[in-house]
Amino acid sequence: MRAFALAFALALPFSGGALAQDSVATLRGAAPLAEQGEAPSMTKINNTDIRPPRNYPEQPPTIPHSIRDYQIDTSANKCMSCHSRRAVEDSQAPMVSITHFMSRDGQFLATISPRRYFCTQCHVPQHLAKPLVANDFVDMDDLVGKGADRRGRR
Amino acid sequence: MGARLQAYWRVLNRPSAHFSLGFLTVGGFVAGIIFWGGFNTALELTNTETFCISCHEMRDNVYAELQGTIHFSNRSGVRATCPDCHVPHEWTNKIARKTQASKELWGKIFRTIDTPEKFAAKRRELAEHEWARLKANDSLECRNCHDFAFMDFTQQSPRAGKAHERFVTTREKTCIDCHKGIAHTLPDMSGVPGWQ
Repeated sequence: MRAFALAFALALPFSGGALAQDSVATLRGAAPLAEQGEAPSMTKINNTDIRPPRNYPEQPPTIPHSIRDYQIDTSANKCMSCHSRRAVEDSQAPMVSITHFMSRDGQFLATISPRRYFCTQCHVPQHLAKPLVANDFVDMDDLVGKGADRRGRR
Repeated sequence: MGARLQAYWRVLNRPSAHFSLGFLTVGGFVAGIIFWGGFNTALELTNTETFCISCHEMRDNVYAELQGTIHFSNRSGVRATCPDCHVPHEWTNKIARKTQASKELWGKIFRTIDTPEKFAAKRRELAEHEWARLKANDSLECRNCHDFAFMDFTQQSPRAGKAHERFVTTREKTCIDCHKGIAHTLPDMSGVPGWQ
């Protein structure tokens, strides 16, 4: 019996080829595996300058504007020309968080710590694209919402 | 020495003995057209991108960097070539800049930036020249295309519109004050106002 089940399980991917192909095809389109499918058209970048909410408190905020050709390397950091402590007066952009001044030993430095220098490691702009896969993320406040409401009312 | 100069002066000063006044007038006119036209043609020939990137210093560094930027590749297909931004369009200033550019020939001959390392080392200095030039002429080469008079802030992204309204309308800043490094990679920016 067990041998039969094993043989069945091994044969399944080949016999049920159509089924397997369909499930693979959801993301890469209908193009055969050996061929390159047609690329979807480029989507526009979110450039509204409206700060989106954070999905959880620790989330690095996304960038609500285009950052095309922004140079971030040893020579220059284009982001800091607006978001640095002294630049916000002119730019009226949100100042980079004070946590970014902290070295890994918890020491506050005069400027952003080297380990936080490369902004796009955590902060990214968003494209106006439909998500490729469904996401059932539930916001923390929605999850505990009813309880929180009750406490608030009390 | 003095005697020789005097001899030259006598030749120049004496009325022509062989050529008629008509020939000299018309000939001078025609020669003027040819020389002036030739001069201008040669000048315009040096004012093309093809000429600029005929040197590897420009082709492999700044021209390569330009290609990814909005001034090279964009939705409308209008693009800036080297002289659009780096040479004044108005004649007098163009000649002045071209005369200045003779130093670039010196640099070419003595190979001041002929390797990527040498170019990187000199980049800040060269960039500063361009920033100073654009600052002094109120970003004239930007404004040759981006005319402030026809700029509709409402069509710009919110932050661009706001920034332009606040700093350009009031003449507090000029284009290059904020838009450094839009077409080429920036040098080490430490100490540059507005940069970390």
